[in-house]
Amino acid sequence: MNLKILDKKWDKKNIGDLLVNNAIYFVILVLIGIIIAMDNSFLSLQNFRFIITQASTRVILALGVAGLLVLAGTDLSVGRMVGFSSVISASLLQAPDYARRIYPDMAQLPLIVPILLVVFMTGLFSVISGFVVAKFKVHAFIVTLGAQLMIYGITSLYYDAVGASPIAGLDTRFTSFAQGDINLGIIAIPKLVIYAAITSAIIWFIWNKTKLGKNMFAVGGNEEAATVSGVNIIKTIVLVYLIAGILYGFAGFLEVARTGSATNNLGNGYELDAIAACVVGGVSFNGGVGSIAGIITGVIMFQIINYGLSYVDVSPYIQYIIKGLIIVIAVAIDMRKYIKRK
Amino acid sequence: MGNTTYLLEMKNICKEFPGVKALDNAQLMLRHGSVHALMGENGAGKSTLMKCLFGIYIEDSGEIYLEGKPIRFDNPKQALEHGVSMVHQELNQVRQTRVMDNIWLGRFPQKGITIDEKKMYQDTKQIFEDLEIDIDPKQKIENLSVSQCQMVEIAKAVSYDAKIIVMDEPTSSLTEKEVEHLFRIINRLRDKGCGIIYISHKMEEILKISDDVTIMRDGKWIATHSAKELTTDKIISLMVGRDLTHRFPPKTNRPGKTILEVKNLTATYKPSIEEVSFELREGEILGIAGLMGSKRTEILETIFGIRKKESGQILLHGKEVENRDSREAIKNGFALLTEERRRTGIFAVLNIKFNSMIANISQYTNKLGVLNDKAIEKDTNWVIERMAVKTPSHKTLIRYLSGGNQQKVILGRWLLTNPEILMLDEPTRGIDVGAKYEIYQLIIDLANKGKGIIVVSSEMPELLGITDRILVMSNGRVAGMVNTQETNQEEILRLAAKYL
Repeated sequence: MNLKILDKKWDKKNIGDLLVNNAIYFVILVLIGIIIAMDNSFLSLQNFRFIITQASTRVILALGVAGLLVLAGTDLSVGRMVGFSSVISASLLQAPDYARRIYPDMAQLPLIVPILLVVFMTGLFSVISGFVVAKFKVHAFIVTLGAQLMIYGITSLYYDAVGASPIAGLDTRFTSFAQGDINLGIIAIPKLVIYAAITSAIIWFIWNKTKLGKNMFAVGGNEEAATVSGVNIIKTIVLVYLIAGILYGFAGFLEVARTGSATNNLGNGYELDAIAACVVGGVSFNGGVGSIAGIITGVIMFQIINYGLSYVDVSPYIQYIIKGLIIVIAVAIDMRKYIKRK
Repeated sequence: MGNTTYLLEMKNICKEFPGVKALDNAQLMLRHGSVHALMGENGAGKSTLMKCLFGIYIEDSGEIYLEGKPIRFDNPKQALEHGVSMVHQELNQVRQTRVMDNIWLGRFPQKGITIDEKKMYQDTKQIFEDLEIDIDPKQKIENLSVSQCQMVEIAKAVSYDAKIIVMDEPTSSLTEKEVEHLFRIINRLRDKGCGIIYISHKMEEILKISDDVTIMRDGKWIATHSAKELTTDKIISLMVGRDLTHRFPPKTNRPGKTILEVKNLTATYKPSIEEVSFELREGEILGIAGLMGSKRTEILETIFGIRKKESGQILLHGKEVENRDSREAIKNGFALLTEERRRTGIFAVLNIKFNSMIANISQYTNKLGVLNDKAIEKDTNWVIERMAVKTPSHKTLIRYLSGGNQQKVILGRWLLTNPEILMLDEPTRGIDVGAKYEIYQLIIDLANKGKGIIVVSSEMPELLGITDRILVMSNGRVAGMVNTQETNQEEILRLAAKYL
């Protein structure tokens, strides 16, 4: 009996389904093939290193927003959280000998202090959003839209108060936290990649091995069934938001250390990249579906397209069109699974 | 080959759903200018037959003639355009808009590129006057009472120049006076030559208003009689009469001492249950019977803490339990298999393993919230084996299973929590006959182990076949408690209509 069902799975229709369900990967692979055909120097270790380094902070952000997508929600405040975290941590971690130091008399802080501070703050912002979503049943789109505006306002007020010019001259301890490599025997791995890998491992663990992870999928998969099954809906939603906030704060900290300076506009629009990467990576907008491997693949694929199209000198405007198409195709394919056939 | 003496003829209609023969040569002959009652138990196929008429379902075989011409509608819109309309039991109106917007929705009178508000208003007014309905067409639907909403719905049906109007339980939420008004409207429509198909459980009403009565059972046409020839008893015996042998496993459970007492349970948000009291014994299967809307599900939901309790007590082993939410109820040893498997039971996009373990998740978790995968897998395999779930693996998404197998997984989910009180709401709905038998056997086995089991069901034979006692609900109140051995469908149907 069991074997019969297994056999059924592999008839023509199911293979067709398999192709369609993974169509987005084929589309992207074809695109990468075209890029390589246009300039085969694209296929180099150096480029690969660039791509995965750039993808690192994006992976962390995508992991954060992915939890909210699994809850059948979303988060529009990602970018502004990154901006907030960058501006605060940059202002607290300027080199002691930098002439235009914002707080000239402040002692050199250990790195852990600003990390904890920004992560605490973005975690708090996110928890507030999560609570409003969970308790008052306001759609996450609205709540995080509001949060996006408010956090940008807060960041900008602070940015104006400390001089309204790009915050630079960062402490070398800070910049070297994110820049450069760690040598593991013969291979040197960029530090950012290591942070992203550790973060991915932790989030994978939470999603797959903890009660919180299972409850998250339950709430996103079928909130009413989750209620009946004894899942604490509010607690689950708030905790998933908390994790997302922590990841945004951490990613912002890394982002400013990587780029070396911050303005209040840093991070603008990052949520869209993060959500797009999740969607391409198979996280369903309907909730309840998503995997860490998919998300990482999605981010890297997107980054390859970004980097590759620039590498072969495709106009940035055309790049927008291609990326836009990829997002819509990815979601259209995802929705195919849910459309009821009569 | 239609016969023009009939307004509508539906002949030899068959419709099969996976595992269920919903309609088996069903038939309905509606005369011009008559009220035709369609009767049968829940699940007899009345709604399915009407859905075939409207093109919501496409029948597998059979013929439908409208005024002698063969027809087949692909969707309700086509049916409406041909003068066939329906007043649904559950009104689906756009509550935030005005009465007249609802009536003309989808076919607003146009004046150039704008909507002709004046014509819309006057046409609505005209229909209301014809039907003696006193409602302002510009009133918002949300400000109307239930009966007024119903009137609007009937007016809408009339506005399509309907030749045939189907009314599904139109009086279920009306007061006596409102029913009289409804009947005046129905008589007026009949005099105009309309054919009315009237679906209801209320015998007296049917005998009063209808000309002909068609009775269905198990998707089959049983009889059509002139209402004058019928009595309540005759209708009931036609609706019921069926063979009960071999559809149920032998009853081996022996009820013991009282395990659960429910006293004067009343829910907060009305209309709902009022002052519901009963006892449940160890190893007993207690049925809850009642018509649709008699608030059977609400009893279970209130006990389980997912519906707010206003007053009353729940005593488990003589000790009061609060069950403020489902978590507390689960901890106290309650389990609830919900009625709508898709909506509140399964996590369709997740696998069997997930669906099995979710209600019992705390048992697999250490203090840090980390799960013990081995224990989960062991229990999942137990569910698959014990329940005989037919699946290639525990990684299969539950939505790829048949309804019966999904139900077994969810029943297994609840058994993992090791409940003392198992509440099953329509446990065999939408399940084929074979799987039904397996589920009955499981229920009886569980009772044998000393669990207290409550089964809500709309299928009378099921209640009579597996329960020890049956609590009959009528309109949110307890109409009576009967011993299954000593009762029959007639008695239960009478009790179910007690507070209507």
